[in-house]
Amino acid sequence: MTHFEPMDVLAPIRLGRPHTVTTEAVVDRLRLTLVSAGYAASFLPSLALAILTVLCLALGPALGIGVLLAQLVFPATAALTAVHRRTSGKLLDEEIVAGYASDRGAVLVRPLRWMRDPARWRNFGFLWFSASGGFAMSLVPVTLLTLPLTWFILAVTASGWIWLILLLLSGPAWIAWWFVTPPLVQARARAERAMLGNSRVAELEERVERVRESRAETLDHSAAEVRRIERDLHDGAQARIASVGMSVGLAEKLVHTDPAAAAALLREARETTIDALEDLRGVVRGIHPPVLADKGLAGAIEALTLALPVPTSVAVEVPRLPAPVESAAYFAVAECLANTVKHARAGRAWVTGRYDGDRLRITVGDDGRGGADAAGSGLTGVARRLDAFDGDLRVLSPAGGPTLIELEVPCRTS
Amino acid sequence: MPDQLSDGDTGAPAPMRAVLAEDQALLRVGLTRILESGGIEVVEAVDNAPSLARALTRDDIDIAVVDVRLPPTFSTEGLEAATAARGARPGLPVLVLSQWVEPLYARDLLASGEGAVGYLLKDRVADVDAFLAAVRQVAGGGTVLDPEVVAALVSGRSRPLDRLTDREREVLTLMAEGRTNAAIAARLVVTEKAIGKHTNNIFAKLDLPPAADDNRRVLAVLAWLDGR
Repeated sequence: MTHFEPMDVLAPIRLGRPHTVTTEAVVDRLRLTLVSAGYAASFLPSLALAILTVLCLALGPALGIGVLLAQLVFPATAALTAVHRRTSGKLLDEEIVAGYASDRGAVLVRPLRWMRDPARWRNFGFLWFSASGGFAMSLVPVTLLTLPLTWFILAVTASGWIWLILLLLSGPAWIAWWFVTPPLVQARARAERAMLGNSRVAELEERVERVRESRAETLDHSAAEVRRIERDLHDGAQARIASVGMSVGLAEKLVHTDPAAAAALLREARETTIDALEDLRGVVRGIHPPVLADKGLAGAIEALTLALPVPTSVAVEVPRLPAPVESAAYFAVAECLANTVKHARAGRAWVTGRYDGDRLRITVGDDGRGGADAAGSGLTGVARRLDAFDGDLRVLSPAGGPTLIELEVPCRTS
Repeated sequence: MPDQLSDGDTGAPAPMRAVLAEDQALLRVGLTRILESGGIEVVEAVDNAPSLARALTRDDIDIAVVDVRLPPTFSTEGLEAATAARGARPGLPVLVLSQWVEPLYARDLLASGEGAVGYLLKDRVADVDAFLAAVRQVAGGGTVLDPEVVAALVSGRSRPLDRLTDREREVLTLMAEGRTNAAIAARLVVTEKAIGKHTNNIFAKLDLPPAADDNRRVLAVLAWLDGR
């Protein structure tokens, strides 16, 4: 005994292996053909509403009739697209959100609000799709299925061998129907999702993906930084201090038996202490330069350029910014200037910077031979540092120069 | 720590030959000077793992003093070369120096054979006499562990150690560092007999077989600390 269950016509589409012909697969294709027929049937209301919308737009400003017509046309369009959103959403097993802007207000104001709403314009675009390409697309499965059926009925009812031959010839139509129906219905559902869905969601998803990537890169980058700092400390200050300990220890042992050797060891220890301090200063500078903490970005960049062999003018007028942004910008500028010194053979260089309350913009330029490679390891590192803040790096460096590198970081002072 | 690790000193310094592995020139020079000030001849001072592996095949050496971290990869080449050499020549005395405490390294070393191993922080070298005593103790087949390593091991085994009194825990720690009863008694300013009583209690409470020999005792305690 098989229990008959009401079928869910709008169940999600499954693109299975098409070569196994089972009852279930046939039923599934039949219901998709039905859905496709529904899609195709939307042709007429879509075309009507599309034309009426054009009419609204044309008449609206001139006569005011358009405003009245709009009260009918826009809600009708919304109703029609709502059906499509629900249908396509169920077929794709996800919710398609319209994302209309608020249209609350006086009756006469509402058409103006609708006109300004991107979601309503997407509806308008959908109407044309449904009345043209979408219609053709959805008609295919229906036609492929019903054509042989038509010949069959004609062959039985109307006499004439011509129908029989046509029926035999149209056998391939069913094969085509078998294969194209699921992908075509799915394609239509996806097209509707693209047109009727809230594009803001897609935009945000993309943004989240970008942030995720940049975060992973930043983590890699910080791990490498930490390893570098650990290595610097181990090979530098830590080793020197251990060595001081050894010298002093040995001096202690020798102080009575060989005072001259002990004194020499102590002198050596004192000198090594100075080296160890110098090492530590270097490491600290590499983590967060003290001048950056004291004087902010403008002062720190000025201090940076004082030590450069290339004459560099600085015109950076920015307030104090969040420490991580200052730090990222500082190291970015330092890397750019280091490139200038190393590769550009420049006669002079310059750094300009300003902050407009929203974005920090810094330009580093030189009159050198150009050809800076944005994909080079140094500039890639800079770009990665800035990426962590949603920042941007643009390199303009034609062969022969000059080179302009623009850094941009969005940030707020509060 | 004036009395630290001084119990292994055998008195008259025997003419001893050592291999030294340390990649930082400054420390290599310092260590060589210190060893030679103690009458220990440094027959070979190397700065990388392959050279160390070669030097450790010499059969005229009494001890190897080895930095854990050596080129080419600066991870644990020194330690690996030392344990490998002990595999080839069981009982080869090895004293490992490190810039930080890592109980895991100590475990690898202890597992590489009974005794004749040491693991010290480089800081300890500055106490020249204690360091030289430790070198001789390891060369004589003893075990020397840095107090910091022992502390890390002891703190990692909280549960069963609750059974010990504070004093017994103190004694256990000093035992694990490789000290004799006499040295522990001197350190804690009590009689050697009192320490003997403590150690018997500790062994009874931890279900360890009694051990007369100092070195076996250290190993038993360390094995217990390292976890069963």
